[in-house]
Amino acid sequence: MQKERIVGTSALRKEGIAKVRGAARYIDDTSFPDMLFGATVRSTVPRGRILDIQLGDGIPWDEFVIVSAEDIPGENTIALINRDWPCLAEKFVNHPEEPILLLAHSDRHLLTKAVAAVHIEYEVMPSIHSIEASEKGDVVVWGDDNVFKKFQIEKGNVDLTWADADFIIEGEYTTGAQEHLYIENNGVIASFTPGEGLTVWGSMQCPFYVHKSLLAVSALPEDKVRIIQVETGGAFGGKEDYPSMIGAHAALLAMKAQRPVKIVYDRMEDMVATTKRHPSRTRIRTAVTKEGRLLGGDIEFTLDGGAYSTLSQTVLSRGTIHAGGPYFWPNIRVRSKALATNCPPHGAFRGFGAPQSLFAMERHMDCVANAIGLPPEELRRRNFLRRGLTTATGQEIREDVDLNHLLSQALKLSDYDSKRERFERENPTTKKKKGIGLAAFLHGSGFTGSGERYLNSVAAVDATPEGGLRVLVSSTEFGQGTNTILCQIAAETLGIDYDAVEIAPPDTHIVPNSGPTVASRTTMIVGKLVHSAALGIKQTLQASGLLGEAWTTEQFCAAAKAHVAKYGSLRSDSRYEAPPNVYWDDEKYSGDAYPAFAWAVYVAEVTLDTVSYSVTVDNFVAVQEVGRVLNPVLATGQIEGGIAQGIGYALYEKVQWQNGRMANGQMTNYIIPTSQDIPPMQVHFEELPVASGAYGAKGIGELPMDGPAPAILNAVSFAAGKGFNSIPLMPEDICDSLLVKPIPEEAVVA
Amino acid sequence: MSRDSFSLRINGEYRKLEAYPMERLLDVLRERFGLTGTKEGCGEGECGACSVLINGELVNSCLVPIAQANGTEIVTIEGVADGEELHPAQKAFLQCGGAQCGMCTPGMIVATVHLLEKHPKPTIEQIREGLNGNLCRCTGYMRIFEAVEKAASLGTSR
Amino acid sequence: MRSNPAEYEFVSPSNLAGALDLLHREPGAWQPVAGGTEIMVQYSAGRLGARRLLNLWNLRELKEIVESNDSLRIGGGCTFTQLRERSAVQNHFPLLVTAAAWTGGIANQNRATIAGNIVNASPAADSPPVLLAYEAELELISATGTRRIPYSDFHLSYKKTVLQPNELLLAIHLPKRFAGWFSYAQKTGARNAQAISKVCIAGVGKLRGNRVKALNIGIGAVAPTPLRLRKTEQILLGSPLTQKTMSEAVQALESEISPIEDIRSSVAYRRQVAANLLEDLLSSFSASEQAG
Repeated sequence: MQKERIVGTSALRKEGIAKVRGAARYIDDTSFPDMLFGATVRSTVPRGRILDIQLGDGIPWDEFVIVSAEDIPGENTIALINRDWPCLAEKFVNHPEEPILLLAHSDRHLLTKAVAAVHIEYEVMPSIHSIEASEKGDVVVWGDDNVFKKFQIEKGNVDLTWADADFIIEGEYTTGAQEHLYIENNGVIASFTPGEGLTVWGSMQCPFYVHKSLLAVSALPEDKVRIIQVETGGAFGGKEDYPSMIGAHAALLAMKAQRPVKIVYDRMEDMVATTKRHPSRTRIRTAVTKEGRLLGGDIEFTLDGGAYSTLSQTVLSRGTIHAGGPYFWPNIRVRSKALATNCPPHGAFRGFGAPQSLFAMERHMDCVANAIGLPPEELRRRNFLRRGLTTATGQEIREDVDLNHLLSQALKLSDYDSKRERFERENPTTKKKKGIGLAAFLHGSGFTGSGERYLNSVAAVDATPEGGLRVLVSSTEFGQGTNTILCQIAAETLGIDYDAVEIAPPDTHIVPNSGPTVASRTTMIVGKLVHSAALGIKQTLQASGLLGEAWTTEQFCAAAKAHVAKYGSLRSDSRYEAPPNVYWDDEKYSGDAYPAFAWAVYVAEVTLDTVSYSVTVDNFVAVQEVGRVLNPVLATGQIEGGIAQGIGYALYEKVQWQNGRMANGQMTNYIIPTSQDIPPMQVHFEELPVASGAYGAKGIGELPMDGPAPAILNAVSFAAGKGFNSIPLMPEDICDSLLVKPIPEEAVVA
Repeated sequence: MSRDSFSLRINGEYRKLEAYPMERLLDVLRERFGLTGTKEGCGEGECGACSVLINGELVNSCLVPIAQANGTEIVTIEGVADGEELHPAQKAFLQCGGAQCGMCTPGMIVATVHLLEKHPKPTIEQIREGLNGNLCRCTGYMRIFEAVEKAASLGTSR
Repeated sequence: MRSNPAEYEFVSPSNLAGALDLLHREPGAWQPVAGGTEIMVQYSAGRLGARRLLNLWNLRELKEIVESNDSLRIGGGCTFTQLRERSAVQNHFPLLVTAAAWTGGIANQNRATIAGNIVNASPAADSPPVLLAYEAELELISATGTRRIPYSDFHLSYKKTVLQPNELLLAIHLPKRFAGWFSYAQKTGARNAQAISKVCIAGVGKLRGNRVKALNIGIGAVAPTPLRLRKTEQILLGSPLTQKTMSEAVQALESEISPIEDIRSSVAYRRQVAANLLEDLLSSFSASEQAG
């Protein structure tokens, strides 16, 4: 196999120098002359009819630009999948902080006062704030029955398995909302002139999503709406959907004011008003033999979607498909639904439904192991998927994934066996109980099923008149390394230096639509398109006689420059083609859900302090098979960052809801781990290259989100001698649990 | 209220301004002097994205009224490099992957500079403590710890 | 940023006398601000009621630390970093170094002052339990003179103290009488750094033989003010530390504290953890005797 020069090395971050100098410009670092600031007046009730809006005294209202739903030239909707999400509330509000009115003024301080001076009278209506309340159906807040979407996956016949089971184990597992807490809050600047149309710059993941949404809102033609992503300070899914909303708001103000408008949220507004990870409830019932073989599973998976449907159906989809974990289920049924409640709509967050359903499955597997008297790792070994077996959707595993090997690696690196033995021995006589726990899981790369075909992504590589090579994609950088990886791939393919390749700004007027930067698809899918586009450039230059059999970077660039001079341009576009033999049935929700899965086993070591009931994670081991590591430093950083978010998800990050409003919308009270809370992490990669991925790579961005929470809860359950099935697991919860008589965490029927 | 006159040295340069005494140092740096490297992440002194040095001490500039910075020496991220030459901390962050989205990075690097001035060869505990007021959401801190250790080995005499 | 800087008056007297003079002439009209780690947070959030601020940050008279044979006088304007780095504090009042290291993160320790921590009167503040255990005395000053009071008399009720509108907290006096004493401090918060206490406890004590000769315990975040646990101490003074006496002490604790539910934690948790911390303190105390 040919050895690569750049792919597989830790090429320096393309925009790294700017970032370490503090020279990278995020949206709030930019101002335009003549610019106004915009702000949003929001609902203070969870559900109600708007009776009256009064602009209070003491504010020079005539100086303000004021936009309400009536001012929307196009549709009053932020179009994602459905069209139920209002851009501005008109007659009704369905969640606290729902946007109602937009104000703009040049004086930011006056603007703050003006927002406070708007008095809105509501007729308060009954609202619902839990999955249970939504299910009950007494109060219907969306559609006919509060149900955004339902799925059902069936394989075999689970109803026939109970009779043959030696053990039937049931459990319920819940996960809470999680706030993205990117260090840069949402922000955009919009500008409108009748001649040029609308331009929106901002912090975002998907310029073409914003483009699509703004077409609907503005009623402008396609070429009169231009979206430009600027340096983005973290996203994690929180800037997949929301930028369409804040972008539309700034656009409406800019269109009315005919001046540029900047809207940047402060931390509290961002926390209370924007999307969060969907809370979930999973009920699992499994039939198992006494040897620990899974016979069948019946899973009910439910998400709280918040007030509007937004992305709930796709989050539900991914969670549903991942619900079976990395195991072979001869029979399985997964019934899932996403429900409406009256809080700000939940949205995309790294993992996108899989962290929720995989948390449940991996906790459940430990409960099963416990019930039948098998070590947790042994139960996994006896049920892992491997080549030739099929997943819950009937997708056949066609690679030589060896989960047993990953598991053995993880156990070895974490010193699992001897630690487990030592902890068992020492825990009875110490106040600081120790635990060690594992989680095995998988994560599908790319859009589900026919999603990639539907996206129909295009990537391009071109040359500038100076002979510089450029990658043209709508894929955005927000820390995960898009710029670096795609330039590495292009440079490798073109046979030139990494430094000779640049990436064009994600500007919808300049770049083709390579799809959204989500779903762990950028390296694998878009990278593959960049690779083939780069091949096209190489072939064109060779075919034109400007390039020989071998070249230096200088020679290549000279050839490119000459081509542009001679022919006017040098560009190669590559469009997505679905891999052969990949078949997905949208009706039955079965078949090949993803072109590739990444696989992992994580191990967490914890201390439970029985004085304070606090849990600290002391050590963490992450072993994953990822196809191909294109940049070791970047890849390791992605895993470590995901682990840190997973630790927060499990132990620290609790959204305190009060009637649908986040009450702890400050960094003081919404707790993420600091440098003194994070354990040392060992990250280990294995590689089974996939043909459908760039240089064999699979996606890894979301994978590390799935494993930490269940591994940690398994470890805590070990330490406490009692099962915990709900996250976030706070010291208060542990205290309450340890001080009452233990009740069985799972019902066991022989 | 009226504006007062203040003067201070920022990244070695003497600066004068008229400002309301309660304007936050963070806003003065960003808006008055165009030094947008220092970021606002929370406005409550929790995230450290606004970290600068005042008379060599690490502080959250979102919590400092400009009046209290009068007559002081400020170092922001823009003053960390020596012109074109990156500071060892910046080189190390670059090599070790210490910056992902980059939003916490200016504050994190200023905190690193501060730490290394106090502890030129810090232990891992000292590193963790030295950065405990700088939140990062992207990296999980591991690459940052490595960057600090690397910076220490590169030597940081300015 | 939800406040308008133009609406705030901010004066910086060049010396303490000037500050006291202003407070004397217009008592209640001026909000003193030192490091700003509390006030500026309220200001940014648009929640600062005061519009006239008196700058104490540069007043040298508030930053002096003076050591004598029998006491340490700490100027109210000393920052937590200064406390941590001062050898007199490290040597004679190590729990104060511990509490200073708990407070916020490094950047906030460089600005937060001990007087600010005390007069802000949060029941969850980090230094009060230690100051109570160390029998701190406060020196309050106004234009008309100074007075000293035991710190344990300073807090009246939630966020209400004996500080008069024309007074400042000039200094904290700590008696150097705890050499060789057992000492213990623990804080329970949401994470290892930058966490507001859910419960924090500090204790110093001396055993004679196997009996408790002296025991001072301060506790925070479980009552409207920081508390000195006198009833609990009384149970143990003169007694040996046995399962029985320790259990009685825990019962006394229950009667002294009145934790609440808030955004950070629950009543049940605070109660239980306070009891656990006391037990842990007392077992460590008991073990210290065996260790010699």
